Amino acid sequence: MTSIVSVRDLKKSYAGGFEALSGVNLEIEKGEILALLGPNGAGKTTLISTICGISIPTSGTVRVGGHDVVTDFRAARNLIGLVPQEINLEPFETVMNTVRFSRGLFGKPRNDALIDQILKDLSLHDKRDSKIMMLSGGMKRRVLIAKALSHEPSILFLDEPTAGVDVELRKDMWDVVAKLKASGVTIILTTHYIEEAEAIADRVGIISKGSILLVEKKEDLMQRMGKKRLRIELSTPISELPQELADRGLEIAADGNALIHDYDTRSDRTGITALLKDLQNAGLKMTDLETQQSSLEDIFVDLVRETS
Amino acid sequence: MNFMAIASIYRFEMARFFRTITQSLVSPVLSTSLYFVVFGAAIGSRIDEVEGVSYGAFIVPGLIMLTVMTQATSNASFGIYFPKFIGTIYELLSAPISFIEVVIGYVGAAATKALFIGLVILATSFFFVDIQIAHPIAMISFLVLTCVSFALLGFIIGIWAGNFEQLQLIPLLVITPLVFLGGSFYSISMLPTVWQNITLFNPVVYLISGFRWAFFDTADVPVAISLFAIGLFTAMCLGVIWWIFKTGWRIRQ
Repeated sequence: MTSIVSVRDLKKSYAGGFEALSGVNLEIEKGEILALLGPNGAGKTTLISTICGISIPTSGTVRVGGHDVVTDFRAARNLIGLVPQEINLEPFETVMNTVRFSRGLFGKPRNDALIDQILKDLSLHDKRDSKIMMLSGGMKRRVLIAKALSHEPSILFLDEPTAGVDVELRKDMWDVVAKLKASGVTIILTTHYIEEAEAIADRVGIISKGSILLVEKKEDLMQRMGKKRLRIELSTPISELPQELADRGLEIAADGNALIHDYDTRSDRTGITALLKDLQNAGLKMTDLETQQSSLEDIFVDLVRETS
Repeated sequence: MNFMAIASIYRFEMARFFRTITQSLVSPVLSTSLYFVVFGAAIGSRIDEVEGVSYGAFIVPGLIMLTVMTQATSNASFGIYFPKFIGTIYELLSAPISFIEVVIGYVGAAATKALFIGLVILATSFFFVDIQIAHPIAMISFLVLTCVSFALLGFIIGIWAGNFEQLQLIPLLVITPLVFLGGSFYSISMLPTVWQNITLFNPVVYLISGFRWAFFDTADVPVAISLFAIGLFTAMCLGVIWWIFKTGWRIRQ
């Protein structure tokens, strides 16, 4: 895979001295969907703003399609479509005019057929001549997407695309993203809905306090999430594992009152039946069973906590 | 140069003008007509002639300048302030356009609107007074230059303004008094000598004088000085805009 966006040692400090990005390194691969997860104020929007040209980097470089975003900004920005987090639209303009305007800003000749198609894909076509102020919040958000797509970008940044959007619309939005990916568009989205990242991303990046903590394939993360922990409460505490249970991968809990067994829910055999049988054979009396699944949320929370 | 982007900004801004055509056009025409009635007919009947021109005709260039300067400034300042206010500025910052293209688009549209209004006022004045234009090309040139330079000033105000109040502040507190005291409704030769000298520090004097020369072939100050003054003013505005462009002041963090 070749990277289409390359961020090196990117730092961004604001006038007040606040460092929003402290040395970000990130390679975004062509054609992927990358979800950037992070708590509020982690630097997600600043990172996107700096890649897209809204903020000037304090130091470090950002290359988009091989073009530096500062020195060769025209070539870099030509490739990018940006959907901002806030609903920023001219209220008195019609949908069609405002989307046309966006296309023009990117130096592309007028192409109403293309814009009509984009509006159809976003279920906005019947509103093409409506004024923005007449639209619902969800529709306005889709107008922002239409504007970003109007110049046929090869990279699309979606900053919190489904914040404050109802469940149904969120699913529609995911379908739109999937279609775009199928057409070859690279998509970077920020979110703090973990299920959103799980549902659509190829890779997940976790950002906190201006640093990227990890960027990993979603499957690898899911692998970690697939781990489940079985806790077996015992009626009498033990200090040592019985012989027949030695190779079962069991751990004795700190107080000796329970046994802990980690297993993978995705494998064909979890070995739980055999384990319970062995426990019975070893003469151990169980009072309770409890299972816990580690989620992306746990991984996320652990990581964020570790760094703070 | 991204010409398509300039055209897009220009068209988008002009669309706003035509959408609000009533307030864009009717109010300046109405207020100008009122000036004609009050100054031209009521007061003008008591004043015979100023520098060989009937008073009604004499105030026409001043009235046009008054409107054109305020319109160019307010249109340009609003044009760039509004995207800042509603947040659509993100689009200008993330598009493959440089600040120069943004300036040409917004200033061009604001200047066009002001020019249009100026010409409508000129046409309206033909209904009230009999005027001849001695130097039509110079008249149009002065008008266009004034529209552009004050639109540049308006653009700077729009970038600077942090709220709607500040947006109104300079047009209200600086431009209107300067225009009123710049000889819109009188010849500065009518003032006592001390005030004549003080008035020479008012840049608007040169613009109105030059513009009036284009109509009546008489001027308070030599035309060359008028041209130099408007050139200097335009250059100063361009200088400030260049600095804003270099530093990203109040636009790009």
